[in-house]
Amino acid sequence: MEKRSLPYLLLLPATLFLCVFFIYPFLLVAWQAVSQDGALTLEHFRTMAGHWKFPTAFWNTMLLALAVVPVQLALALFMATLVTRMEKGRDLVLYIWTIPLGISDLAAGIIWLAIFEQTGFLNSMLVGLGAVEQPVAWLGYQNKGTIFLAVVLAEIWRATAIVLVILVAGMGLIPKEYHEAAEVFGASPWKRFTRITVPLLRPSIQTALILRTILAFEVFAVVIALAGTNFPVLMGETYHWQFNLQDRHVAAAYALVILAISIAFTLVFLRTLRVPREAQI
Amino acid sequence: MTAVTARETAVPAADIRKRGRFLVAITILILSVWVLAPIYLLAINALSSPAQVNAFPKSLVPGMETESIAFFLGFAGVLRALGNSILVAGITMVLAIGLGAPAGYALSRFDFRGKDAFRIMVLMTRAFPLPLLALPLAVMFIRTGLDDTAFGLALVHTTLALPFAVLITFSLFSGIPVELEEAAWTLGCTRFQAFHKVVLPLVLPGIAASAVFAFVISWNEVFAAAVLTIQNRTLTAFLLQNINVSPMHLKFAGGAMLVLPALIFIFAVRRYLFAMWGIASR
Amino acid sequence: MRARKAWVAATLLTTVAFGGTTAAHADILFWSTQAAPVEETQAMREQVLSGFDEPIDYQATDDRGPWLTRIEAELEAGSGTIGVLGALHGEFVSLADNLVDLSDIDLGDVTLNATFKELGTLGTGEQKYLPWMQATYIMAANRQALDHLPEGADINALTYDELVEWAGVLAEETGSPKFGFPAGPQGLKHRFFQGYLYPSYTDSVVTKFRSAEAEEGWNKFKELWQHTNPSSTSYGFMQEPLLTGEVWVAWDHTARLADAFNQRPEDFVAFPAPAGPTGRGFMPVIAGMAIPQTAPDMEASKSLIAYMLRPEAQIATLRATNFFPVVETDLPEDMPASVRMSGEAIARMSDAENANPSLLPIGLGEYNGKFNQVYVDAFERIVLAGQDVRTVLDDQAETLRSVMEESGAPCWAPDEPSDGACPVE
Repeated sequence: MEKRSLPYLLLLPATLFLCVFFIYPFLLVAWQAVSQDGALTLEHFRTMAGHWKFPTAFWNTMLLALAVVPVQLALALFMATLVTRMEKGRDLVLYIWTIPLGISDLAAGIIWLAIFEQTGFLNSMLVGLGAVEQPVAWLGYQNKGTIFLAVVLAEIWRATAIVLVILVAGMGLIPKEYHEAAEVFGASPWKRFTRITVPLLRPSIQTALILRTILAFEVFAVVIALAGTNFPVLMGETYHWQFNLQDRHVAAAYALVILAISIAFTLVFLRTLRVPREAQI
Repeated sequence: MTAVTARETAVPAADIRKRGRFLVAITILILSVWVLAPIYLLAINALSSPAQVNAFPKSLVPGMETESIAFFLGFAGVLRALGNSILVAGITMVLAIGLGAPAGYALSRFDFRGKDAFRIMVLMTRAFPLPLLALPLAVMFIRTGLDDTAFGLALVHTTLALPFAVLITFSLFSGIPVELEEAAWTLGCTRFQAFHKVVLPLVLPGIAASAVFAFVISWNEVFAAAVLTIQNRTLTAFLLQNINVSPMHLKFAGGAMLVLPALIFIFAVRRYLFAMWGIASR
Repeated sequence: MRARKAWVAATLLTTVAFGGTTAAHADILFWSTQAAPVEETQAMREQVLSGFDEPIDYQATDDRGPWLTRIEAELEAGSGTIGVLGALHGEFVSLADNLVDLSDIDLGDVTLNATFKELGTLGTGEQKYLPWMQATYIMAANRQALDHLPEGADINALTYDELVEWAGVLAEETGSPKFGFPAGPQGLKHRFFQGYLYPSYTDSVVTKFRSAEAEEGWNKFKELWQHTNPSSTSYGFMQEPLLTGEVWVAWDHTARLADAFNQRPEDFVAFPAPAGPTGRGFMPVIAGMAIPQTAPDMEASKSLIAYMLRPEAQIATLRATNFFPVVETDLPEDMPASVRMSGEAIARMSDAENANPSLLPIGLGEYNGKFNQVYVDAFERIVLAGQDVRTVLDDQAETLRSVMEESGAPCWAPDEPSDGACPVE
């Protein structure tokens, strides 16, 4: 009896909270996407999909997420593993690596713009070293490649710490004996990593991937700062329709698209990285 | 015979290990520089005069001018805004963990109907753009009197931080053997005691991580703060919301001023964040 | 033990959090989209509003999102804290139904600019907003660029042909494009097409949108773009690239050039916008003040607006924001460099023989944003994406026509007045 009701009891506060502060306003907004003057319509989705920028914004968002998230996961796993091999100064190194966590996306955009703009730090260094004669317009509209690269770098810098913290917290729970035993049996470090660390870390990897991917689909401030109008993303278009074009219906439609792709990817991660009970220690 | 070969191979092995350790140290150093360099550049610009900020080529040494920083410190109400920010972030932390940790525990320990639905609902809050939710929320808050209170804003920030709290605690609880708890029960502990004495210490890093996320999310959130607080502005809404249209040198000074408190906070909790390394082996 | 401590902390926090509100006293909230850069906000508070009898909470946000969300929420909830709204003409347009009639405000012996006052009716019979301050868009150049000016060109009577030539020479002789244009997300590029390029080439904004003359204008701009700094797509305020030297010649809002003029007045010159076949097109920027129906203290709000229109306050506002007065007044001698420099350029521009001023759109209502988008889209497709000019204009003309028809907005200068919605030929 207790066992049956206990989980619901534990979920109750969070559920009630979310119903009031998320589900209720969400339903109001979602209704705007599918209605016009009280009647159901798909018109707003048609307007959205018919706008010439929509496909670009959609694929840009996808592309950026696909370029950033895997690198961040790999980098964070690598960083976390490095830390486990440290004996001294672990605290300090971990602290340094989590610093970007405290930096808002607006501030990150400012910092990276100072690096990449034409009179920025990167050009200052290149000119100083004599590598280039004239400052290069890295963020110029013809240099779509460098714009994309700059955004990717800034995002990797800014948000890898999120993944790192989640993984590090998870790694702390992996019993040392497993590694020691594997070492005794002569397993190589790579084998230990793939056969012990990664499987045991699966819940944390799943969590990190889900959260990071969802955030990646909402990327906005850094892109605006570095790419200006050159790299439209879904979140930017949502904002634009809501506040500049003042069409709440189409903005809500955009928001639902972001929600839909986020949920789709979440489901994929939940399935493929399923945490079977027997895999738990 | 065997002893000799062992000694012979032992020497290069130690050598390899040494070299390996050196490689690790270098890699760690490079990664640290990668993380710190942009922060350093921010500091340079924040501590330079307007002319230095706009100069080209730029110097890699700060001008040690505090004019821009002083401008912000001279802002009327900056201290009060700082207080509001800390207050809102504090409430957000308490709420996010208080609501999220039990949910995370339930998700990791029980199989029940609606589990996936709950998880998806929690994630939806993060996957839906906040600027659109702000309007209905603001209407609701104005009607109920929550408008322009630190508590009201913290409620909104909690919806943003909750997915982190739920998922992180879930993944950590999942990593703790049920047997540990069950063993405690057989020793006469109640479910709550077992949780409190056995599980809680193990998930402290996860709780700390959730707290860090909650704090940072709340600290850096601009949109809801700009809409929902007027007299009780947070520091972010106060300083950062117009940073993009401000002159360069103030951009950097404002950015730096916001980064600093967040860094101090992370520094303060880092002990909890990483304290539990390998504790399960004991 | 620890859990209990956490609870105590939580209760404490909650008490403090709620306690904060009761202590707060109700200042008049001035909710504005203008003077958003931190220094200007600070100057508004310290130098302009401090002279009013009652304490005022001046909150400015350049980002229209929070500004609009807050006022919309207050209107929807039916009660609010905002006392006075400060915004651009175009930003009031969609709120017109919820603004109080201001025609009964006693301005004393202050004379308001009549044209701007008329704009403030937003095409209704009521005074929906009162003009607050004005600005316009001009050109700015680094003095070094003057050495490369094409022969025979007078900087104060420049044509678009000469500007293109100049930009070309600059790019060639300095090794990189030195003309800059605010085409970033925060840039005011659409105003250039609406108020400068179109009037200068077609003597129209709406009616001749897809005409052959418009095609010529766009092609000229495409030429100019060849010599434009490619970073232009991320520029919001041209004062920064001018100060860093990334850009030597630029077009922008006077307030967005001010920092360059003030920091290094000897290094820069201000001059009028160029002229095309149908004159020297230019456009004013009007910011206004309005009172929402939900304002807590109507009388206090009204007296604040009256205060803001007094000559002293108008001059203090000019110093704080680089926006010029909308009332009749003489400017003192000791104004900042930016005011002197842009003031002269504006006078030259409006006194020019071929001056062709545009008015601001009236009656677009909620379609204001979509109207601007037509010009921005045309720019992005023609210039950035390199699509065929004729095709894009035909395409965008359809969108423009539906915007005009759905909003029913009549033509405004330089277009000929129309009965009903302004037609797109």
